[in-house]
Amino acid sequence: MPVFNQSRSRVIQIVFAIVFIVIAAQLTNLQVFSKKYKLQAANNAIYRKVIYPDRGIIFDRKQRSLLENSIMFDLVVTPAETRGIDTLALCNLLGIDTAEYKRRMRDIIFKNTSVRPSVFEPLLSQELYARLNENMYKFPGFELSERSVRTYPFHIGANFLGYTAEVNPAFLSKHKEEGYEMGDYTGMTGLERTYEKVLMGQRGIKRYIKDNRSRIQGSYENGIFDTAAVAGKNLYLSLDARLQALGEKLMTNKVGSIVAIDPNTGGILCMVSAPTYDPNYLTGSERSRHFNKLYKDPRLPLLNRAIYTTYSPGSTFKTVVGIVGLSEGVIDERFSIVCNGAFWGCGNGRPKCLDKGTFNLTSAIAHSDNTYFATVYKRILDQQRYGGADSALKVFNSYAYTFGLGHRLSIDLPGEQPGNIPISSYYRKIFGKNWNSCNVISNAIGQGEVSTTVLQLANVMATIANKGWYYTPHMVDSIEGNEFDDLLDRFKEKHLTDSNIPDTVYEAVQNGMQGVMEYGTGAAAQVPGVVVCGKTGTVQNFYHGVAQKDHAFFGAFAPRSHPKIAIAVLCENAGFGAQSAAPIASLMIEQYLKDSVPEPDRKLKVEEIAKLNLIPARMKEEMNRLDSIKLRREEEQNRQNLQEQLLDSTTTETTAAILSDAGEQLYLPSLPKPPDQKQKQPITMAILMTDHKKKKTFQFNA
Amino acid sequence: MPRNYSITQTISPGIDWVVVAVYLMLVAIGILCIFMVEYKPNTDILASFISGKTNYSKQLFFAGVCLVAAIFILLTDSKIYTAFANLSYTFGIVLMLATFVVGRSINGSKSWISVGGGFNLQSAELCKIFTALALAKYLSRQETDFSKLKSQLIGGALALAPALLSVLQNETGLALVYLSFFIVMYREGLPPGLLIFGFSFGALVIATLIVEPNTLALVLTIIAALTIYLVRKQLKRNKRLLTIIILLWALSVGIQRFAVPYIFNNVFQCYQSTRIYSMVGKDYDCSKNQHHTNSSKANYKPPRKPDDYNVRQSKIAIGSGGVWGKGFLKGTQTRGKYVPEQHTDFIFTSLGEAFGLVGSLIFLLIYLFLLFRIIAIAERQRSTFSRVYAYSVASILFFHIVVNVCMTIGLFPIIGIPLPLISYGGSSLLTFTILIFIMLRLDADRQMVLR
Repeated sequence: MPVFNQSRSRVIQIVFAIVFIVIAAQLTNLQVFSKKYKLQAANNAIYRKVIYPDRGIIFDRKQRSLLENSIMFDLVVTPAETRGIDTLALCNLLGIDTAEYKRRMRDIIFKNTSVRPSVFEPLLSQELYARLNENMYKFPGFELSERSVRTYPFHIGANFLGYTAEVNPAFLSKHKEEGYEMGDYTGMTGLERTYEKVLMGQRGIKRYIKDNRSRIQGSYENGIFDTAAVAGKNLYLSLDARLQALGEKLMTNKVGSIVAIDPNTGGILCMVSAPTYDPNYLTGSERSRHFNKLYKDPRLPLLNRAIYTTYSPGSTFKTVVGIVGLSEGVIDERFSIVCNGAFWGCGNGRPKCLDKGTFNLTSAIAHSDNTYFATVYKRILDQQRYGGADSALKVFNSYAYTFGLGHRLSIDLPGEQPGNIPISSYYRKIFGKNWNSCNVISNAIGQGEVSTTVLQLANVMATIANKGWYYTPHMVDSIEGNEFDDLLDRFKEKHLTDSNIPDTVYEAVQNGMQGVMEYGTGAAAQVPGVVVCGKTGTVQNFYHGVAQKDHAFFGAFAPRSHPKIAIAVLCENAGFGAQSAAPIASLMIEQYLKDSVPEPDRKLKVEEIAKLNLIPARMKEEMNRLDSIKLRREEEQNRQNLQEQLLDSTTTETTAAILSDAGEQLYLPSLPKPPDQKQKQPITMAILMTDHKKKKTFQFNA
Repeated sequence: MPRNYSITQTISPGIDWVVVAVYLMLVAIGILCIFMVEYKPNTDILASFISGKTNYSKQLFFAGVCLVAAIFILLTDSKIYTAFANLSYTFGIVLMLATFVVGRSINGSKSWISVGGGFNLQSAELCKIFTALALAKYLSRQETDFSKLKSQLIGGALALAPALLSVLQNETGLALVYLSFFIVMYREGLPPGLLIFGFSFGALVIATLIVEPNTLALVLTIIAALTIYLVRKQLKRNKRLLTIIILLWALSVGIQRFAVPYIFNNVFQCYQSTRIYSMVGKDYDCSKNQHHTNSSKANYKPPRKPDDYNVRQSKIAIGSGGVWGKGFLKGTQTRGKYVPEQHTDFIFTSLGEAFGLVGSLIFLLIYLFLLFRIIAIAERQRSTFSRVYAYSVASILFFHIVVNVCMTIGLFPIIGIPLPLISYGGSSLLTFTILIFIMLRLDADRQMVLR
């Protein structure tokens, strides 16, 4: 009895041991073989705070900053810590009622719990910030948190500067290895995108230990794993901000584009795409609303028409045809032709010519004679030595390519289009293998299948100005430091046109282009005291198969002897090039060469053209449908006034002085409300300038 | 050495000092673990230990109380335990019944009695001691023949009565502990078939939860068919065997198809079913639960966190410890308070995170050593009373340790039972102290025959 069964004791011991072995096995599994728990523990408990470096700043050729970072402030609240505050006082400061306050608090607690800080009011105005800052001690649980925002002091260059936006999942999966995280911002378009790596700098990471409610408990391992943030590098453009501002002003209420290039370097002096928008419009809290509005605008302001849209070059292409004709020897400078109303070389009287008479190369360019260039083009393609139109076209095209046509120039902006220089296989498909020069004769005058971007046309002008070479057009002249210099190497490589083309050929074409300005189609667009070479173009075009009013094209360079600027202007559906595009080009050239438009009558001209409304009818109709039209006009007006101030002042220093005076006023505690709209504008500008100043002082503090 | 021996002889002759040493070691480890959980940097550690405001200082105080109780027990006469065994059992049952009247509700179970001074006592905890004594008393009676079914039933009833009351108090976890007395009864002659049957039943229930019902029924049928095929020769001689197999098959399918779903939907509360299901990695549909649909259909809120949050966090904490652990006070999960109830039921996680696999295994070996030591003590007793009691202590400890540790590493559903001598809580610490020291007292008098 007392010892019932000794062996059962053994069994119990074995059972105990087995169960402990099972536990040990599971512990080994969890602690040694399951790596995921370590990771999950780190995700649980280590809070990685990303320290964002300042994004690089973009300067123009005279070190004026086209965009800069300014600190704006968000009002941030931790709901759990706001017990017993004077809600009414805060509501009065913010200009909201208590119902709205409660609603926001409820939303915040619902979305982000009451123990974590959330944004209560984003991007405070300067005035509100000043008032809140004095009173913050009254509102425990609320704090003002810094946020870096792009601002654009000159309100120009939206289309090429581009914008930054929050990354989307598609972007993240595409750039896996580059350390972006959800919620990061990246350059989406324009220079912000091309030079993202340069501008973004290197992010730093600080690690903290957090608890189960994500409250920070202290730094992790005393910060030995932390990395410091490295600021982004600045970009220095070849752009001239004042030229750009004038360009944008001249192109108001027009659809089109201006590109100006420094022929000596290939640097872009201005790139206007019209209509454009104030780049400040796409920063701050209203960004997505504004973006939607721009996105829906029938005039497509988000498009960079300088590089993305391709047009038939029209008569401006005749310069190229002339150069090819001369170098191929199918004509010489003394060769002349009679036009009695149309080109009969193909028997159908097309194309027609506007001025009757006898033309040699110079006068044919000056008067833009269709018959002359149709004849030249037909002769080029009909040359016996190439044994057919196919190979003759190939020869012609190889000339065109060396002028930067028919392929992307590879400017440092995203979205550039190649344009089109048609090749023979295309025509074989349409006309069969026995196609001939008459089938494609409209190419002679830049119609037909030939298409170019405005940038390419400006580049052709630069090539002619240089008598046979160009540098790849580019926005960025230099980058701070020398870490990224290899990005700019390709802009230092000279592209030569066919070496067989002697300088005399260019001389002849330049003679014609000078003629354009002195007695030809562009006579209305002379620049006082400067020898300009130019060429008008009037481009037939169709929208959904319906013929529209002609596009006005103008290409030019100046001065002829030592070219400093090559320019191409396009106004969509503006009629003859001589009426809009040519005078715009002439004002632009004057602005660049003299750094202002000094004479009163020329100033008047600027205003006259700025007021000229050439928005195509179909876009106008579309816009009338949109309710927001009134608001847009107001904002546009606002911006123009600001640009005007910039242009009116002789130097930027004085502008800054005037503006900073206005800025001083803002800090007076009892600033009377501006009585009317007109007085308000300098103050708006002043806010932006004080932003800039503010940023400086913050840097000193830091 | 002889001098030492004489001293122990004079204070308390025959005490097993090894168990006392292990006991003290475990209590110290427990206080350290609670300290790890509650530690905040930049506080005066000594002051906080004395202040009585933190849980570890409270536990230190409890340990002091337990030490006094232990010395008191060692100074008593062994005979009072046999004498008062039945009386104490009656007292325990009355206490548990009284709880229904004067009890306080803590964490949803009305099983606590306030004893003044802000301390509460859990009657089901204390009742374990009384049950152990009563069972020992019953089995050691000269007229008890434990090979008889009647005695076995009475023994079972003694063990299960407090368990039943505990279930009614909504303390399912503590009720399960009373199952450990079956290990004792097995040692004293309960047929092993019963335990095997119980184990198979458990396996069947778990299989029911995991495997799709029709598949399981098919599997059971195939097993039955295979068995019939294998024993077909015996079948010819023994017709009853076929009946038994068919009955067993019908029982299994019945349990699987009807009994288990009925219990989960009608007997258990929604949260209990959910926990058991989540342990096997399944979701439980609360809308099927009778209690749920009856009482709280109107104000039912879908749970914000999945109910396995505790286990997941506990596994993360232990798993992140790795082989060597993160080091004393360096556990990020422990410091971040990710594991709920970490100072009580989930105390093992702080150990696993700070000291890793090596620390955990050493810790478990200490426990296993204690268990084996108690079994050795049990086997050296001359009186059945002492042996049964010692086995009860070993079984209760074993059950607590295994269920608690398995719960933190995801091998068992979460039922709130503490880790003996480690978890924070005076009630639990006192119970185990009394359990162990009564055993040591009895062991000291092992030359006597107690009835």
